[in-house]
Amino acid sequence: MVSPVPKVEIDHVSMKYLTLEGETEALQDICLSIAEGEFVSIVGPSGCGKSTLLSLISGLLKPTRGRILIDGVPLQGITHKLGYMLQQDYLFEWRTIYNNVILGLEIQGKDKRSIRRQVDDLLQRYGLWDFRHHYPHQLSGGMRQRVALIRTLAINPDILLLDEPFAALDYQTRLYLEDEVATILKGEGKTVILVTHDISEAVAMSDRVIVLSRRPGRVKADIKIMFAAGRLMPFATRKAPEFRHYFNRIWEELDIHVEGTPASKTKQLPGQGCPNPGTCPVPEENPPA
Amino acid sequence: MAADLRLIDPFITSQPSVIWQTFQRLLKDGTLLSHTGITVLETTASFLIGTILGTLIAILLWWSDFLSQVLDPYLVILNSTPKTALGPLFIVFLGDGMKAIITMALTISVIVTVVMVYTGFKGVDPNKIKLVRTFGASRLQVLQKVVLPASVPTMIAALKVNVGMAFVGVIVGEFLVARAGLGYLIIYGQQVFQLHLAMTSVVILIITAALLYRLVSCLESRFLRWKE
Repeated sequence: MVSPVPKVEIDHVSMKYLTLEGETEALQDICLSIAEGEFVSIVGPSGCGKSTLLSLISGLLKPTRGRILIDGVPLQGITHKLGYMLQQDYLFEWRTIYNNVILGLEIQGKDKRSIRRQVDDLLQRYGLWDFRHHYPHQLSGGMRQRVALIRTLAINPDILLLDEPFAALDYQTRLYLEDEVATILKGEGKTVILVTHDISEAVAMSDRVIVLSRRPGRVKADIKIMFAAGRLMPFATRKAPEFRHYFNRIWEELDIHVEGTPASKTKQLPGQGCPNPGTCPVPEENPPA
Repeated sequence: MAADLRLIDPFITSQPSVIWQTFQRLLKDGTLLSHTGITVLETTASFLIGTILGTLIAILLWWSDFLSQVLDPYLVILNSTPKTALGPLFIVFLGDGMKAIITMALTISVIVTVVMVYTGFKGVDPNKIKLVRTFGASRLQVLQKVVLPASVPTMIAALKVNVGMAFVGVIVGEFLVARAGLGYLIIYGQQVFQLHLAMTSVVILIITAALLYRLVSCLESRFLRWKE
């Protein structure tokens, strides 16, 4: 599963925010490596720096310490290899669906005829062709999020960063889109990093789930998701016998307390990040019980 | 009617029938069109220049954090200063012609525009900016693709406010110096105690203002087609 050069490598990354009140440590010594074509979810209690981690990988933010490598090359600023999908669709309401989809291409100066054909193809394949001249307010939430996904795919990134892309949708639409997005991304052979607070979503969609600890966020567990029946569609996964096992396992790792309850320090082993520089931990094999 | 029955004094208040007569008389001898024309010209000039200049300044402020921090207190002060108080100064600086009147109206509309449009720029959803930044957009592209188009509604709103502001400026300017324009007609009518004349001018002024506002509304529906 782990190829010689990982697609994304996060090497001892720490992130501190400076505010007027002082220093906040958002992430502490994160080490991860993600192989090409892998679908990895990151879960963690709210405020643990999940989204910060995505911003770091996307190059929007610079880590305070450590480095991030894409295809073995240190990341410097924004790279065209990455596509970032935010919590809400953020479609531009003054642009038609078609013009929204080509936004990224326009900015990157790739607005060429050959690429337009590719965009047409994407729109047709994912059932938005008939709506290409509509404005965003005329579309349902699920459709809008699909447009946002195609907008991200249009720039043809190798790696997709999804920041709770389904959080703003109702439950049914969410289940439906999870299946659809998983199909699309698997079909396109993309490497995906999904941030979510929804454990079942993480288990249903990913090959691997990373659990982050409370702030400062550290890698607390790295769980491989494997099903006896092989790789399933997210919806089918929810019915698989192993699903509950993974769900419970992650739930325990998350160690969520009601606000105000003292955190159980004993469960958090010291130095859980990675002991030796340069050797990030390989995800533990975890056959279902 | 009330005036005909002597319930109120038409010498002070004038009356619709006489206003209508005055209107026809002024229309016939051509004074009406020329005076209205001058006022409309001055107003249109100052509210167009005011909006464009104001938007440009707002872009500058958005572009440079340093500039906006330095200029912010001045903007606040200028915004709360009654600009009409500067009228007499402009007349001294620029003479008693159209230049002083337009400058007067301009100062009134430009400050409001800067404040409104700049606030609009600042109110653009930061996540939309983040989105285009993930595509690798430069600052100029952020301005072009997000900030400006997202602020079109604000700019149209500023335009609407400016129609009113420019009118205030122009009329005050005409009160002070002009020898032409509706403001001049009003003050002239008052000075020679021809209230019919003054009232007629006021009515025309209201109609003109309504028409200009209507024009901006047309513009609005053209630019904001995506809304409905």
